[in-house]
Amino acid sequence: MFKKEFSPGAKSKVKSSAQRALRTKLLETFPKLEPYIDEILPKKEQLDVLKIPDRVSLYVLGTTPLFYQHMDDPLIPHLQLVHRYPWCFPRVRIDRGGVRFVLSGATLMVPGLTSPGGRLPGDDDAGEEYGNDGKEYEEGRVVVVDAEGKENACMVGVLKMATGEMKEKKKGVAIENGHYVGDGLWKLELR
Amino acid sequence: MAEVQAPPSDLRPAKSVVYCGVCTLPPEYCEYGGTTKKCEEWLSTHHPSLHTALYSPEALSQNLSILSVEAQKRAEKDAAKKAAKASATEAREAEKRAQSKIIIKRVERNKRKYVTEVSGLEHFGLDLKKIAKEFGKKFATGSSVTKAPAGGEEITVQGDVSEDIREWLEENYEQIPEDNVELVEAKKKKDATAG
Ligand SMILES: [Zn+2]
Repeated sequence: MFKKEFSPGAKSKVKSSAQRALRTKLLETFPKLEPYIDEILPKKEQLDVLKIPDRVSLYVLGTTPLFYQHMDDPLIPHLQLVHRYPWCFPRVRIDRGGVRFVLSGATLMVPGLTSPGGRLPGDDDAGEEYGNDGKEYEEGRVVVVDAEGKENACMVGVLKMATGEMKEKKKGVAIENGHYVGDGLWKLELR
Repeated sequence: MAEVQAPPSDLRPAKSVVYCGVCTLPPEYCEYGGTTKKCEEWLSTHHPSLHTALYSPEALSQNLSILSVEAQKRAEKDAAKKAAKASATEAREAEKRAQSKIIIKRVERNKRKYVTEVSGLEHFGLDLKKIAKEFGKKFATGSSVTKAPAGGEEITVQGDVSEDIREWLEENYEQIPEDNVELVEAKKKKDATAG
């Protein structure tokens, strides 16, 4: 989605009522952010919204990007936010070999997640980080994508296929048009 | 890198992540860009311990051991391609710089009254505003950034300070070759044919 670099469009203030609604929405989508929400989105500070290409709104606090939203789709955290609170988001992991594809803007394919280096909820070796108490993620869920051997996530996006189905089929598209480290959104300079 | 998973009630502090000063990615991802060499240098200067963790021979061999031989080769080829691209861009820019000229033009306003117009400084990465201020102080005269007739911006300094500016550039900016600085003269403001 942000493969190319771009410049931001007009910036405007988010009204406090809308700011409250966003806060609620964010917590609905990512309940584990609850203890940090005042830190992430302080009630008294002004949240701004930037129009960026493809009808996406990017929400920023000063020069810190927080999350973005395509029209009325789910809120997706900016990777800088993910890197600060990785344990607050649903996470999966791709194998080492998939990283260079993700970083070149390719669609994330299922085998990267189902191979030995990948992690999905319910995997025997998923651990607490990826286990999600054995519950699968449904299609449409916003997930953070970690990489084998790396500490920080490389991508965030919406699942095109439920994780249970991935395990059966072992092929197909896992995430399309995600936001990855080094893409246009990542490189966007906020002043 | 296994994180210790804390119970939800425990307020684990937000992580503070170091980002590469060259390519902006977390340094563990620098290997996928075309500037790995520079990234590594930056990291060793700014975050030596992180540098050791990522680039020590042990870390490197571990990092690659999970890749298949074929994947390793591909990764190497990719990295080489990207590095070649990055260095080609750099070479192009160096060439552009080599051909760029700084013109210091003495312009006669009235009889025996001059201004000095300096253009082309931006080709060498100089900040016009800062330099204009510097000239003002240095030569105790009016100095400001103005629109150049040919488009773009230049610095206009009151008085004839062409030689002084040439010397000043030589002393302070070694990266600008002498041959790329040219002194020209224009009789009147309007018939600025020289240069
Ligand atoms: Zn780097």
